[in-house]
Amino acid sequence: MKEDPGYYDYWPYENRPKITWPNGAKLAFWVAPNIEFYELNPPNNPFRKPWPQPSPALPGYTSRDWGNRVGHTRQMELLDKYGIRGSISLSTALCDHHPEIIAACKERNWEFFSHGIYNTRYTYGMTEDQERAMIKDSIETIYQHTDQKCAGYLAPALSHSENTLDLFAEVGTELFGDEAGFYSCDLFHDDQPTPIHLRNGKRFASIPYSLEMNDTIAYLVQKITPRRYGKELKDNFDRLYKEGANSGTIMCIPTHNYQVSNAHRIKAYEEALEYITGHSDVWVTTGKEIAQYFLDNYYDIALSDIQTKKQQYGKLG
Amino acid sequence: MASLDKEYLNYPHRSYGMDHNRYDWSQLAHRKGVQWPNDKKIALWVNVGLQFFPLNQKGIPFKVPGGMTKPYPDLRHYSLRDYGNRVGIYRFLKAFDRSNIKPTFAMNTQLAERIPYLVSTIKERKDELMCHGYNMDALHYGGQDIEEENELVKKSLEGLRRLTGQEVKGWISPAKNESAHTPDILAANGIEYFCDWVNDDMPYEFKTTHGSLTAMPMSTELEDHFIILNNLHSAEDWSDQVEDAFHFLLEEAGSQDGRILCLNIHPWVLGQPHRIQYLERVLKLLGEHSDVWSASAGTICSRWNKQQENK
Repeated sequence: MKEDPGYYDYWPYENRPKITWPNGAKLAFWVAPNIEFYELNPPNNPFRKPWPQPSPALPGYTSRDWGNRVGHTRQMELLDKYGIRGSISLSTALCDHHPEIIAACKERNWEFFSHGIYNTRYTYGMTEDQERAMIKDSIETIYQHTDQKCAGYLAPALSHSENTLDLFAEVGTELFGDEAGFYSCDLFHDDQPTPIHLRNGKRFASIPYSLEMNDTIAYLVQKITPRRYGKELKDNFDRLYKEGANSGTIMCIPTHNYQVSNAHRIKAYEEALEYITGHSDVWVTTGKEIAQYFLDNYYDIALSDIQTKKQQYGKLG
Repeated sequence: MASLDKEYLNYPHRSYGMDHNRYDWSQLAHRKGVQWPNDKKIALWVNVGLQFFPLNQKGIPFKVPGGMTKPYPDLRHYSLRDYGNRVGIYRFLKAFDRSNIKPTFAMNTQLAERIPYLVSTIKERKDELMCHGYNMDALHYGGQDIEEENELVKKSLEGLRRLTGQEVKGWISPAKNESAHTPDILAANGIEYFCDWVNDDMPYEFKTTHGSLTAMPMSTELEDHFIILNNLHSAEDWSDQVEDAFHFLLEEAGSQDGRILCLNIHPWVLGQPHRIQYLERVLKLLGEHSDVWSASAGTICSRWNKQQENK
């Protein structure tokens, strides 16, 4: 086990080279609906129990199923209303189970990225070959069902190995060269994109996918009220928008149809979306477009700035 | 690190629909609409949990949420729950009547055995009762002996039917927890609708070995217990959330079809003096609204079922 994952260098938030998003935007805004399938009877994993109760674990299973049966359409209509294309963190088995959802998102030109096969199959305990096969299956599934070359990854249920980011990038290259496997949502160390070190040296970025703004964290972990969640979204936006004048920032709202689309919660979410998209200098976009823009325009500048500061200050410790 | 069997990367149910055969996959927005009487948009189902939490809780296979948490005898939780059946419920009844709300009572059979007065009160009101299992500690759970569960269901239903004189066609398991057999056993014992599967906002057909049940959408997320005791929000926050839900559903019903607003509430939670005004506030709004049809769970369920047959 490592003390530090080694994916990125220390890079202070002040005095970075200025990022400007397309059309002079200060903030890149993206919404990442997690569209997930949780199994009723998943196989056991020695490192993490899928459900707290003996099977059938109705509370967890039925709530997730509600998200697909009821919640999905609600959030999709809301994103349509505010001109937002979702960047879907996808349990790719859902392509087989619920193709209607995939078709509706594809029709809207939403982005699909990999969130594993099922959200009840964890990376813990997988050999490198098993994890590679799981990731490859997920990227191939997305391509077969959507014609999209999967650019991003969020590990299923945020379960990782030491190799997760490397394997994702390598499988992307194996299948589609530089067109796939070039950004990760698994790291929460920054409000701007950062270059990631990989063992094969591929140009690869970490794109902020905020756990703090994640509806499931807000509602299941922090247990805040819907109106408070709406306020936090606006507060998060206000600060990032202001700071984006110095150098472009990113705001992400990761959502789950089984949380945010509940009748008592969706209004607060809508108010936040209306507020955010009502500002002029916001680039409403997708995870992949942000990553591509960063890699094309700022990745080399960022690397060189990091290198300069490293040489100037050395590494502590 | 322990390694995983190669089965871990096999996905035997990865195909169209659900990963089990209990019900068909469908999205609410794609279904044929349902109409409520007089073209009301919202069917209001106020469901009152009447619960008995035994002091000598066994906690098999887990401690029921809301149950005893302290070493025996946990007088604190026992008596605070009992408060609902002595005091809170009578505040509820007044509030329902004031706003012309038709409630449904989900009662533990053992509570009916213990408090004939309350049973008689509900019978006189001619309100519907559904069975909420035997008591809150009599859980139905995966791995439970099937004969034991059969007996438990029989005892609960026969007892409640005898004591109330009602047919008792509805069911909610304690903690909405089930074994893999629960729906089959319920259907075999004359249950027509149940409320344990909270995966829709509208009723749907649920298959069992003894014909179909109707799964009724009893939202957990809007329950007083969930919002006030699990999320630790205030009763005022609860009423804000209910009102936001109502306004949203009303709008959705306008563009799609009839919707159900289910408020599952407990007299030991909202029946407290400092909380009851927020229930009253919500009931006043709903009771006076021209788009609301207040009806019992069984009535809503039959109305829905009739429209399925006409398809």
